[in-house]
Amino acid sequence: MQVIPRWADIVLIPAINLFLAFFISGLVILAIGEDPFEALKLMVDGALGSTYGWGFTLYYATNFIFTGLAVAVAFHAALFNIGGEGQAALGGLGVALMCLFIPWPHWTIALIAASFGAAAFGALWATIPAYLQAKRGSHVVITTIMFNFIAAALLNYVLVNLLRPAGTMDPASAKFPDAASLPTLSDMLNAIGIPFAARTPANITLIIALIACVAVYYLIWRTKLGYQLRAFGKSEPAARYAGISSVKIIMIAMAISGGLAGLMAINNVMGEAERLILNSVEGAGFIGIAVALMGRSHPFGVLLAAILFGFLYQGGAELALWTSIPRDLVVVIQALVILFTGALDGMVRAPVERIFLMMRKGA
Amino acid sequence: MNGLAPAIELKGISKAFGPVQANKDISIRVMPGTIHGIIGENGAGKSTLMSILYGFYKADAGDVFISGQKTAIPDSQAAIAAGIGMVFQHFKLVENFTVLENVILGAEDGARLGPSLSKARKQLTQLAADYELNVDPDALIENIGVGMQQRVEILKALYREADILILDEPTGVLTPAEADHLFRILEGLKAQGKTIILITHKLREIMEVTDTVSVMRRGEMTATVKTSETSPQELAELMVGRKVLLRVDKKPAEPKDMVLEVDNLEVVDSKGVKRLKGISLNVRAGEILGIAGVAGNGQSELLEVLGGVRTATGMIRVNGQPLDLTGKLSDGRSRRERGIAHVPEDRQREGLIMDFAAWENVAFGYHHEDEYNAGLLMDQAALKEDAAGKFTRFDVRPDNPMLEAKNFSGGNQQKIVLAREIERNPDLLLVGQPTRGVDIGAIEFIHQRIVELRDAGKAILLVSVELEEILSLSDRIAVIFDGQMMGERLPSETDEKELGLMMAGMTGQEREAS
Repeated sequence: MQVIPRWADIVLIPAINLFLAFFISGLVILAIGEDPFEALKLMVDGALGSTYGWGFTLYYATNFIFTGLAVAVAFHAALFNIGGEGQAALGGLGVALMCLFIPWPHWTIALIAASFGAAAFGALWATIPAYLQAKRGSHVVITTIMFNFIAAALLNYVLVNLLRPAGTMDPASAKFPDAASLPTLSDMLNAIGIPFAARTPANITLIIALIACVAVYYLIWRTKLGYQLRAFGKSEPAARYAGISSVKIIMIAMAISGGLAGLMAINNVMGEAERLILNSVEGAGFIGIAVALMGRSHPFGVLLAAILFGFLYQGGAELALWTSIPRDLVVVIQALVILFTGALDGMVRAPVERIFLMMRKGA
Repeated sequence: MNGLAPAIELKGISKAFGPVQANKDISIRVMPGTIHGIIGENGAGKSTLMSILYGFYKADAGDVFISGQKTAIPDSQAAIAAGIGMVFQHFKLVENFTVLENVILGAEDGARLGPSLSKARKQLTQLAADYELNVDPDALIENIGVGMQQRVEILKALYREADILILDEPTGVLTPAEADHLFRILEGLKAQGKTIILITHKLREIMEVTDTVSVMRRGEMTATVKTSETSPQELAELMVGRKVLLRVDKKPAEPKDMVLEVDNLEVVDSKGVKRLKGISLNVRAGEILGIAGVAGNGQSELLEVLGGVRTATGMIRVNGQPLDLTGKLSDGRSRRERGIAHVPEDRQREGLIMDFAAWENVAFGYHHEDEYNAGLLMDQAALKEDAAGKFTRFDVRPDNPMLEAKNFSGGNQQKIVLAREIERNPDLLLVGQPTRGVDIGAIEFIHQRIVELRDAGKAILLVSVELEEILSLSDRIAVIFDGQMMGERLPSETDEKELGLMMAGMTGQEREAS
């Protein structure tokens, strides 16, 4: 018997969690002598108040959609993929190789090829821990974390020793050719007559992210593979009873998860930086965990949570720019949101369930 | 009434979990020095009532009186202080502690263990002498049998000076002989003036040992009667609320072609322990072979090998063709393709995905069949239609396939699994514990369906720890003990006593002697 209605589960509880996180953030801001309402206004204005702000918010959100979906897909198979960071980094390598060494005639074809490269490299990086889990019983939580470090070291080596153009001191690849340059959101919207600020990083990858949300929805809830994946995630003994191979499911789920994380590289590497730099992922792989948790592993929830975290990123940057609130505090706010929506979910859930029970009894 | 205050009196106890009223205005008097049975189907509210008495749950309304005194029981400490001891269905013992250490656990007298241990040792010796409760105080729990472990649980309660002992489904894991021993212990305790509450769903036990019996149905106490003045038939009707058939109505079997041949099957588990030590058996079309045995003697492994959940060595033939026991074709899906359907022993862990809707569960294991798929996607309309049909034909209640599997009662969950497996029209049906945790009304229905499938000329391998079920359903009975077959009997030529001895591992000569 469902204790609370569905809408309360997916709307009310996250809303309360979020409110609590912002409330405590407000207290912290108050404690360091700033006005929390002023800070909130600054964040909202900076992130959502102009198309310029949106251009950044949506750029960050695009990253988080991919990494959030990656974690969500693995969650459905009861696998905790903490390796989004490394998989996205490897995805960046895939993009860079595709863009640097093949002369594409047009950005559309380059985009398709780069997407393929990003997903393949990300997937490959995730299937190694998956194989170790499926065949050797090494827990993916441990191995994916390790693989983040290995990915960072590998990228460091590749950039410094292999991809760095001769004569530069910067551990980064050469700039991608112009034919591999993706249209920005501003280009696209201006073309159809909607004014949008230029010089913002949001680009066509946002569309791909939205398509990915729909695709993941169909994959999880409408395909046979998704059915097997969810069944395995809910009960491993039942999956074995039904003849669903655990090795196959772990490998495929992690490959899809890693592929999605890798796809993020189209946004930050191909769309924004247009070259491969060190630490291009900037923690988006980890934010994906919070996004998936908050989005209840549902693609639509992931989309909303990704936009929220995009807002926090961009609004936080504005805050650090215009007030004496230190940049570290922005991290505190993000941490509080993660804490309340992820770890402390049960704290809010129990009282809400009790209130619903009382209401039902009263009715 | 003889003027004595009842050992326990409950007045107007009510308890709700959300919208579910688990206990409704329950009043009961348990007289001291008696064995009081509480009988009812799963979900009737027996365990909730006892949990309230033991301080695990707080009642929404009502009072508890112990020996005439109104007593509040906020937690289990208070229950113990009030002289109540509880023996749970699933023992709460530390496996790698000795008997003695388990007995004093939570009742140590000080920081140092020594004095408590020697005190407990003395008392244990005394209790053993008084009540036929012999256990070696220095044996490790993991090395003693379940019957012995249960005695340790009883000793724990007595060590805490319990006057009132509650036993929750105590015979579920025992052989008939062990159960008889338990009942002798209970008689001894009663003779010493202890009060015993026995919770069970087995009518036979109620009739054998209790003085008074209370019947619960859907959270209500429907009757309390003297055991000597009632009959199993009457109790069953009180439990279910209608007339029930206690025995299965079936024609003699007409066995035809050989369907299943198992030869010298061996299974070694992940710890390297041999669970099956060369099992051979066969089942023909149109007959039910029942495997009797105490839980944990290899029957689960046998079902798992046949169902493709576990690997093994040896030879299994189905319709004359060998099965792959270790390779690529040893999984559940390959088994289904060979015409083997499997109703697993643990339907909540294996047979169903509890968080899936019922309509998703009706295809579980068969989800790759064409009928459930349309192109790249699963055909939700076909799944839902199929589920609706199965729900009607198997009388699943509530009749709503959109609900998640966990929202159905045990009996209705089992009907969903049975509908799925039986309607594939298999050559061989494996059934594990078909009526475990299933209410009496549904038992009748499930048994009929299994017999119908037999009469349709299918082979059925039945594994059950309920001896009554084995006796009434099987056409032949094979007894398993310690991974070996102890022999086969015809139900008409054996009885519970003989089967019970075989289940305890006694050979022919030993049985003669006993």
